[in-house]
Amino acid sequence: MKPRFVLRAGNPWWRGPLLVSLAAVTTFVITAALIRWSGGNPIAAFRYMFINPLQSKFGFTESILSATPLVFTGASVAIAFRAGYWNIGAEGQLLAGTVGATWFGLHAEGLPPAIAAPGILLAGATFGAAWATVPALLRARLGIDEVVTTLLLNPVALLVITGLLNGPWRNSETGFPDSDVIAESAMMPVVWPDTRVHLGLVVGVFVTLGCWWFIGQMTGGLRLRAVGLSPGAARIAGLHVERTLLTTALVSGGIAGMGGASEIAGVAHQLTIGISSGFGYTGVIVATLAALSFIGSLVVALILGIINVGSFSASRALSIPSTMGEVVRSVLLITVVAALVIQKYKIVWKRREA
Amino acid sequence: MTRSTTPSICLKSIQKAYGATVALNGVTLELKPGEVHALLGENGAGKTTLMKTLFGLTQPDSGSIEVNGIATVIASPRDARAAGIGMVTQHFSLVKTMTVAENLALAEAGLVRVNLAEARRTVEGAAARYGLEAPADAVVAELPVALQQRVEILKALAAGCKYLILDEPTAVLGPKDVDSLLGVIARLRDQESMSIVLISHKMKEIERVANRVSVLRRGSVVASTAAEGMTPKQLVALMVGGDGTEPVVRTIAVAKERAAVVLALRGISIKRVIGGLDDVSLEVREGEILGVAGVSGNGQSELVGVLSGILRADSGNLEVAGSVLGDVTPSMLYRAGVGMLGEDRHASAVQHLPVVENLVLDQLQTVTRLGHLDRGAMAQRCETAIREFEIKATPDQHLGTLSGGNMQKVLLARLFSRSPKAVIVSQPTRGLDVVSTRYVRSLIAAARDKGTAVVLVSEDLDEVLELADRVAVMYRGRVVGIVHAHGLTRERLGEMMAGVS
Repeated sequence: MKPRFVLRAGNPWWRGPLLVSLAAVTTFVITAALIRWSGGNPIAAFRYMFINPLQSKFGFTESILSATPLVFTGASVAIAFRAGYWNIGAEGQLLAGTVGATWFGLHAEGLPPAIAAPGILLAGATFGAAWATVPALLRARLGIDEVVTTLLLNPVALLVITGLLNGPWRNSETGFPDSDVIAESAMMPVVWPDTRVHLGLVVGVFVTLGCWWFIGQMTGGLRLRAVGLSPGAARIAGLHVERTLLTTALVSGGIAGMGGASEIAGVAHQLTIGISSGFGYTGVIVATLAALSFIGSLVVALILGIINVGSFSASRALSIPSTMGEVVRSVLLITVVAALVIQKYKIVWKRREA
Repeated sequence: MTRSTTPSICLKSIQKAYGATVALNGVTLELKPGEVHALLGENGAGKTTLMKTLFGLTQPDSGSIEVNGIATVIASPRDARAAGIGMVTQHFSLVKTMTVAENLALAEAGLVRVNLAEARRTVEGAAARYGLEAPADAVVAELPVALQQRVEILKALAAGCKYLILDEPTAVLGPKDVDSLLGVIARLRDQESMSIVLISHKMKEIERVANRVSVLRRGSVVASTAAEGMTPKQLVALMVGGDGTEPVVRTIAVAKERAAVVLALRGISIKRVIGGLDDVSLEVREGEILGVAGVSGNGQSELVGVLSGILRADSGNLEVAGSVLGDVTPSMLYRAGVGMLGEDRHASAVQHLPVVENLVLDQLQTVTRLGHLDRGAMAQRCETAIREFEIKATPDQHLGTLSGGNMQKVLLARLFSRSPKAVIVSQPTRGLDVVSTRYVRSLIAAARDKGTAVVLVSEDLDEVLELADRVAVMYRGRVVGIVHAHGLTRERLGEMMAGVS
């Protein structure tokens, strides 16, 4: 018996929800075994991870805060992937965005907030797009694989930050490798009183909705999808494949960079070496789990935010490793990708016979 | 040379259909020991499907295979190799970063450890016995194509194959390499008594080495005969089929000399050893179908490449409606009103996009309002296309789920919706079932009747004779003649295709 994948003509209404439930159940079963193995009670751990953050206002808003950078990187990766541009460099582009935002924030003293707040986001987007330029040009002009180039530029961005923080941007008061605090006018205002949820989230949601509208409703979006699904056929239809790839790559980098600016202006208020805890890489997971749908990526970002907050309290309360959150995330990724394959393709078992 | 009368391999009543398309319709073929059996036929006639069946790459719907008189099930290439059957396709399956000897060592069946010394001996032995010389320690990626092909043959020999299938082996070779390959084929037959199936479009090669010739047309063997004494002209006549003498009758107006020339090629040349064009000049007029005929590989696909702006000519001009286009690109031709239906319909449309979006992909500016897609207009166009072109699909159905015929209708609907001045259609009905074939041909004829200039490149002579007003015949990259279809006989066409002027 040999499996063969056949494209499905369509899906009945129940197949999507069924597959999602299957993926969730499988994830629970696999991770429960792992939690058990590391000496914890799976039921209690899942309660801490998924339920507890939703039971208090603090837990919920912290989850939203934790989801904010993922909203940006999820949209960044999703739009690139939809065009068939495999941008694995959202991490580096986000980091470049934090540099741009910090630079703007340090020089924004005296600017009114109405200029400084949008300005810092634009600065981040510009730097993010700039960081994406070289791999994008290499791909569009010379056909050099962007997976490698975008990925390898990520640690370079971190090294640039390390260099800046140990050189010109070293903290003027403490001497630690953290930048000075940015001008207050450039900080993102809090949008939910008495919490840390800031304007960056609203911007991120709007950017995502904008991508969703563009992809589905605008001519450029159809062009982008066609290029992503079949560059050869797009070329035959007279579309400019390289131009589309280049533009999409820059927009993707810009969105990731804006995510970095949102972290600087909304949470950290200064540049630190640990400014990103892998937000760009997690963005790849967000986009993939959402099957490259923008609305879906908002939901996934929130779920991952909840797991992120929850896994810390689970680890504190049950003394299981705090990386269990990542384990759950990774297992979820595998089961969902499997479910997506089954949704798109019918598996036919070919019998060996004459 | 021993030639017993029991066949070594016998394919019996092989039947294979893909959906409504019958690829093989009860094909029976015998392969005797120590013979080179040439398989002729246009692309899409079923040669490759038949050979894939023999090599275990595809399973027949019915029919059986006998090896040395014993019914054998060949479910995979592994089974084929176990039965002593080897195949060399145009796409080599070599590990390019390894040396020749390493590739051979990998191929030897049932090997526990890699035996390089033996692989080297195989290479040396083959060089001495068959003139099949290859550098044992050279890395495959650094070898020219001709040598890589030899490595493929060596692999089959190393695996102990007694039967060899060569799928258009000379299509990628220059004249000198063709010569030496034919020598190798003859020695393998004469010294090892190997049976070789040779798929080729080159009559001269078949004349030189083949013992038997079988011709496939539309999934059936239409002729099978001894090759001795056959001239290229007779071979082409076999391929062309029919008794070949009854002339084509055209009721529609033939003389369209007064109509304006829409598309013209003047002295187009591409200088290449394989697949060049030599001083090709053609004119297509308003409301005329110019058929381009020829045995596969005589420059037709290069001609289509030039006409679609993908291939750059070394010299010569392309004229559209009387003005010369310099530095031709696909989008330039598109703007000039030249439409294109490529031979690979799967590569011409986005499989994962719905019909409604595929239909407007090449004319997005006409359905754009303020940067947004005018979904209403798109839906309306799609409905019209589905009705007018009898497309069996819903607007939201992904193109990849359509049958070949319906996919082709979508592409034709898109092509004609722009009212092009000229269209180039290449192999428009290849792989389609009978009903779709008839419909697609009627669409092409209808476009001509509306005044479109049509270039029809097809290996299916029935199609060319049914549709074309004039026929240009290509041979070795040249146009060897342009004749009116009215009064043309298959015999005459066959002569021209064989290069008899």
